[in-house]
Parts: sequence; C-alpha cells; structure tokens
Amino acid sequence: MSVSDRPEPTDATSSRVPLVEMRDIRVSFGGVHAVDGVSVDLYPGEVVGLVGGNGAGKSTLIQTLSGAHPADSGQIRIGGEDVVISNPRDARIHGIEAIYQTLALADNIDAAGNVFLGRELLTRSGSLDDSAMASATQRVMQRLNPRFKNLKTAVKSLSGGQRQSVAIARAVHFNAKILIMDEPTAALGPAETGQVRELITQLKAEGVGIFLISHDIHDVFDLADRISVMLQGKLVGTVNKSDVTKDEVLAMIIMGKQPGQASVEEIAELHG
Amino acid sequence: MTENAATATAVPKAPSERPSWRTALTSAELDTRLLGTVGAIAVIWIGFHIWSGGDFLTARNLWNLSVQSTSIAIMATGMVLIIVSRNIDLSVGSLLGFLGYVMAMVQTQWIPKTFDLGYDRWYTWIVALAVGLVLGALCGLLQGFLVAYGKIPAFIVTLGGFLVWRGLIFRFKKGQTLTPMDKTFKLLGGGPKGSLGDWKSWLLGGLACAAIVGGIVFARRRRQRYELAVRATWIDATLATVGCVVVLAAVLVANRYYWPPNLATQYAQDHGITEPAGGLKISTGIAYPVVILIGVTLIITYLARRRRFGRYVYAIGGNPPAAELGGINTRRIIMFTFMLMGVLCAVSAAVQTARLDSAVTNLGVQNELDVISAAVIGGTSFSGGVGTIPGAVLGAVIMQSLRSGMVLLNFDSPTQDIVVGIVLVAAVGLDSMLNRRRAS
Repeated sequence: MSVSDRPEPTDATSSRVPLVEMRDIRVSFGGVHAVDGVSVDLYPGEVVGLVGGNGAGKSTLIQTLSGAHPADSGQIRIGGEDVVISNPRDARIHGIEAIYQTLALADNIDAAGNVFLGRELLTRSGSLDDSAMASATQRVMQRLNPRFKNLKTAVKSLSGGQRQSVAIARAVHFNAKILIMDEPTAALGPAETGQVRELITQLKAEGVGIFLISHDIHDVFDLADRISVMLQGKLVGTVNKSDVTKDEVLAMIIMGKQPGQASVEEIAELHG
Repeated sequence: MTENAATATAVPKAPSERPSWRTALTSAELDTRLLGTVGAIAVIWIGFHIWSGGDFLTARNLWNLSVQSTSIAIMATGMVLIIVSRNIDLSVGSLLGFLGYVMAMVQTQWIPKTFDLGYDRWYTWIVALAVGLVLGALCGLLQGFLVAYGKIPAFIVTLGGFLVWRGLIFRFKKGQTLTPMDKTFKLLGGGPKGSLGDWKSWLLGGLACAAIVGGIVFARRRRQRYELAVRATWIDATLATVGCVVVLAAVLVANRYYWPPNLATQYAQDHGITEPAGGLKISTGIAYPVVILIGVTLIITYLARRRRFGRYVYAIGGNPPAAELGGINTRRIIMFTFMLMGVLCAVSAAVQTARLDSAVTNLGVQNELDVISAAVIGGTSFSGGVGTIPGAVLGAVIMQSLRSGMVLLNFDSPTQDIVVGIVLVAAVGLDSMLNRRRAS
C-alpha cells in the first residue's frame, strides 16, 4: 500500500504536518517478522487506534516509537524531522510518553518516585527533592484522580486504577506531545475505565496525539478518530472511523479484508 | 492544638477513630520491620544478661560488642544495595582478606623495605589505607563489570572472586603472617587508645543529638513549604527525644568503660599524675571503628535514600524492566553497587587488620555468610527491592550479640554456628510469614 492510498485524517488538511510519521518499519525476532514494513502516522489532537489480534505486531510496532525496542529498519519523523530513537530516553526527548500494558512501575517505590523515575527533581546539592516531587505529583493527581491520596505508600499496595493513574500522571506531568497507551484499560474496572476515557478526551482537546492500542474494538470505536489494523506483522489498512462499521473493521482484523471486500456471508461468519 | 492546623488543612482526616498503637505507628511513618529488629536486640540482650547472671549488659561487654560488630556491619551496608538490586556478592570475605593482606604488605614490607623508608612514618597509614580503598574499588569494579556488562550471574562472578582473592593472598610472602601494623593505622581497630575518650565522645553525642533534632525540623519545614501533610508535633517530638536519649545513653556506656589498670598506671606515670586510691579511671569512650561505622552508615543511607543512585538501585530491584523503560542506565548502577561493596570491604579490612595488629591468610573467612545474614536479618529481601541500611547494621549487631553472648555462656564454636544458623532461617521465615499476613 503506497502512501498516497492512505486516507487523510478526518479534520486535518493535507498541509498539516503530522506529529509522528513512521515509514516502512521492520522488526524481526530470529526469522519471524514481527513488524513487516508498516507505515502509520499521527496528527496533533488525534487518537489513532491500533488494533489487531494477538501477535499482530501492534505492541512491537509501538515499542519502536517508545524506544523500548528499536526498529531494525524504517524511518521515524517527529514533527516532520527525521529522528533516531534507540532507547526510552531518546523517545522522551521528543515528547513521547508510553503507558505500557504491563504498567512499567517500580512496585516498591511510592507514586511520586514512579512519576519521576529516571527524571528526578534534585535540590541544589544534587539530592532527591522528594518534597517537590510529592507536591508536583499531588497537583497532577488532583486533575487525574482527585481521590488519590496515597502519595507515600509503595505502589504495590494500590488498586489497578490508582496504579494506572500513576502511570498516566507521568505522561501528563511531563507534557507529552505524543502519548502511547498500550491496553490502558485492561486492568481496570468500569468506573476507572470511564476516568481513563475522560482523560483521553481531555488530552486530545489539548492537542496531544495518542496511539491507542487495544484488542477491544468497542473501546477503539468510541475513542479513536482513525483506526490502523495490523495482521501478522503487516498493516491491513488505516481507515477513518466515520467511514466504516465495526463489522468492517472486524473483517480487517480477522481476515485482512479491506472495507467493502468482505462478503455478507463472511461477515455473518464473524458473528459465528 | 494550633501546631496541627497545617496537618488538618493538608489532609482531610479520615473519620477519627480511637487512636491505637497501630495508627500512631502508621502516622509516624516508622519502619515496623526496623522496630522489630530493635525489639529482637532488646530480647537477646536481656535474655543473655539474665542467663549469664548479669554479665552481658556491662559497659565492658557492650563496648566490646560495639567494636566486634563494626567489620560485618560496614560490609552489610553495601550488601543491602547489592541484594536489593537482585544480585549477591559471595566474595566479600575473601576480598577483605586480600585487601587486608595488601594493606599489611604496604606497612610491613613495601614502604619500610622495598622503598627503604622506615617504619611508622606519618604517611604510612594514609598510603596503606589509600592503596586498600583504591584496590577495593578496582576489584569491585571488575566484578561489577562482569555482572553488568558481561551478563555473567553475580553468583558465579563472585564465587570466582571468592576463590581468586583468597588465592592471591598466598602470592605474597607465601602467606606468612604480617605484623606489626603501623602505630597510627592500629588505632583504626579500636582499643583504649583507638577511641575518642571522654569529652570527644560527649561532643560526638551532642552533635548527633543536634543532627537528629535539626533533621526532623528541617524535614518538617520542607514538607510544610510544599503544603504536604506533616506528622503530628507530638510524634516528631517523641522521635527526637527517643533518638537523643539513645545516643546519650550509648555515650554514657562507652565512657563508663575505663582503661585497663596497667595502661592507666602507665599513663599516670607518663604524665606525672599521682594515681588516686583504686587507680586512675580513664574513660575509653566511643571506639574509632564505631565512629567509622557511623560515618559509613550515614553516607550509604544518604546514597540509598537521597540520591538518584539509591533510587535507581531500589527501582531496579522492584521492577527491572520498569527501571529500563524509565531510561535508567541499569548496568552502570549495578556495576557501581559492586564497586561500592569493594570499597567497604577495604574499610572493614583496615578495621580488622588494625584490631588484630596483623594480617593472616584466613582473615575474613566466612565473613560473606555473616554479612549476608546481617543484611537479611535486618530485613533485606532476596526477591529484590526491599531492605534498609540501618536494618542491616542492626542485623550485624544481632549476629554479634548472639555470638558474644554464647561466648559468655561458654558455648563452643560449633554450637554457636548451629544457633546462628537456626536464628537466620527463623528470622527470614518469621518475616515472610508476617509479610504475607500484612498483605492479606
């Protein structure tokens, strides 16, 4: 699929520069092509849902952007400029923050310590400025999860939703321009899921670009502007949410069929 | 209470329950595990005191206990960081032996004989110590490099170190005993002359009290400035009082241990003092090795709790991938923990050789087991991410209390090993049982 075939983002004019352009990204493990020549992009204030079955390569693709696992080949442009992202520090320099499926928190450290992990605030003498970090965390939390009070306890004793708040607080505090959310609601109950959805809407309004990875098609349909579908390491296609039905996206995910290509019988079969 | 106004505005209090010990302890943010260790020491001390018919809690025995605990305690502070970051160092006993031997070579062979500069020069102890510290850092760095960058398990690297460092001792003078140590160097090991004496001990105690009070006030101000919750005033006041009382009691005990009569008589003659009836009573005070241990504990605690390095050590132990994703250079941090361990082995080696006034080939044998036990009894967890420096120091005191108490009771050495072994396993078993109960 060539670049020109790709649908333009809903409310973006062609003159707008994408926040992120990933071109022809390839990652292989041993002989397996986990990501095989995938190209996606992301505009400011946009949510792009990245969907696909288990092992479709969506997490691996996104790890090349977050620096957790550098790409073997391909190009990444941030704000129109070529960049090299070989570790999480590089990603952060470009305003990329990631919230991982596995919640990358140090369980034995408190909320503030986790929010600032790797980017601690220091006093003039170079010691950790715990009070300043706790205070900043408290401020971010007031916005994310006002009931959050356990600033001083190790995050292992927090609930799934509170832990997720800590992970998100990290991204919010450092003013991420590009946010990667890998299954952000997988560990959460309904109320907490609602909170995360609200937050995504809020960040979007502030112009943050969000890659939302999920295997829950309903989540993606509610939140995303565009949907990129992956199957067996390849991009099946990217569609505007408003142009497609859930069934059509399901057909892309499962059979790799473009919208309109799947027959009525095949769609019926999806619903088994 | 007007002082509590800040507390009340900063955190809306939970519906007030009847104040219990548990809530008081929680709001004091005290480490309950650490308190448990202190409690265990109290039980052991009082138990031995009764069993030995009043011989344990004497100034003399406690002073000796303080000196005997230092070598293991110094190394245990570094071992905490190693175990917290999910590694292990089995080489510390051998490395201590090797470094002690090298420092002894500097004083007894290389400076006086090889360079023909004579004995007991003003710089001898400094050179010996510096050589030991630098060599310790290099040995640790090498092991840390192999673990962090060579990706060889720490168990294997330091098991190799365990054999290599011990073996290297025999490359010098075929492993003969080296003695005596430099006059000044010897003071590092304690003894009547290697101690602070009366007024300097009080001065140190006074400074410690000022630091305790100042630290609590400073932390309080800082939290208030950021409008964070502060502890109730009475809790801070109690903590400060308890801290100061403990410090001053320790100084009092150390000062109640007097020089041996023959040394005191010698001193009286040298200074033209006529001895009063019953002999001259000269306070020994806090021993230099204990002063060194206090310094090491403060420095390592500061590194562990207030510096990025320590924060990263704990983050790596808590969740290694999270630390990596946080952009932490985990390998460099791991390498540095081993280097620090090497430096601490050198400090302990200096204390032990100075105290023995000689270097022998079996110096530090089995120390790795005592050091690891001290860290673990003090609350360091092998699953990583958990452990405190003061806990490990108290763990070392527990180990030494058991040994010295059993010596008082004339237990033979194999029996001592059996008891210490059982205590170690029981302590860890109890700890993990309590943890499970706390979690559920």
